[in-house]
Amino acid sequence: MLQFLQQPWPWYIAGPLIGLTVPALLILGNKNFGISSSLRHTCAACIPSGIEYFKYDWKKEIWNLVFVLGVIVGGFLAAQLLANPNEIIINENLKTELVGYGMTDFSNALVPADVVSWESLLSIKGILMIIVGGFFVGFGTRYAGGCTSGHSIMGLSALSWPSLVATVCFMIGGFIAANLLLPIILSL
Amino acid sequence: MTNQYQKDLEKRELDAMCVNESKLNHPWYYNVKYLIVGIIFGIVFVKAEIVSWYRIQEMFRFQSFHMYGIIGSAVVVGAISVWLIRKFNIKTMYGEDIIIVEKPFNKGVIYGGLMFGIGWAITGACPGPFFAQVGTGTTVVLVTVLSAIFGTWTYGLFRDKLPH
Repeated sequence: MLQFLQQPWPWYIAGPLIGLTVPALLILGNKNFGISSSLRHTCAACIPSGIEYFKYDWKKEIWNLVFVLGVIVGGFLAAQLLANPNEIIINENLKTELVGYGMTDFSNALVPADVVSWESLLSIKGILMIIVGGFFVGFGTRYAGGCTSGHSIMGLSALSWPSLVATVCFMIGGFIAANLLLPIILSL
Repeated sequence: MTNQYQKDLEKRELDAMCVNESKLNHPWYYNVKYLIVGIIFGIVFVKAEIVSWYRIQEMFRFQSFHMYGIIGSAVVVGAISVWLIRKFNIKTMYGEDIIIVEKPFNKGVIYGGLMFGIGWAITGACPGPFFAQVGTGTTVVLVTVLSAIFGTWTYGLFRDKLPH
């Protein structure tokens, strides 16, 4: 059983479990699934700076921050108790492309250790991948009014058409960045 | 006063997360249930490799079905659940009506969506996976999270000047 759980879980197990988060949060307390709003609540709680957008009662949304804390704990438990003993399997074409950029360290299954690590933080690649990338996520999700969870999962589940527009834009932005921008960044 | 209320509502409508409040007052420990859902969610994120930069790259290069399968099946299960909730008027466990907040359309959905998509592909993760990555011990992602918080803050600062 443990060995089974340590293997990477297939999409047809993980996808439905994530989908069930939508009714779970609704039934547990009328909460609409969404994660990126936790970034806004953090601003409202810590650095409101008199900005109109952060003047609201963030304590009413504390469930969202507790949920995010749970995600951190879940990540910890998965890494401690259910870690996959094998190296991550990567598509051969992708691997060849990455090796072409001089990326050879595939020991961390979550991030490419050659460019995303404390050592590379202040290199040009590190700044673009970690700091600029994070900024785009934080700015973009609030500008769009949600991220993959709020728009693509919760919004599409509710058949809301603005969320479909958002999801299509996420994908277009991602296709451009992965196929046109990243090859430039990783060749720097 | 009415004007102020109207303004506040408009402000909050752009971000539906803030209009969904329960009329009931619960003690703090009622939040533990969200902690548990979060933990399950975090474990699924890591074990299904949704938090992997490589899986996101494969998705945007059409090299793997994995992420499409996950998002697609999550939406199918979510949509059936929402349909059942609406059809049978299912209430919350405290007997309140379930309200699903519609996110209204504005141009920010397009501009912000494109920006987030770019950030998603570069960092190889969206906000949920950031937190799960931090939990697994990839602590450098804390910098990404701080930067994302700063991005959200910057959006708040310039919000009135941006096209919506």
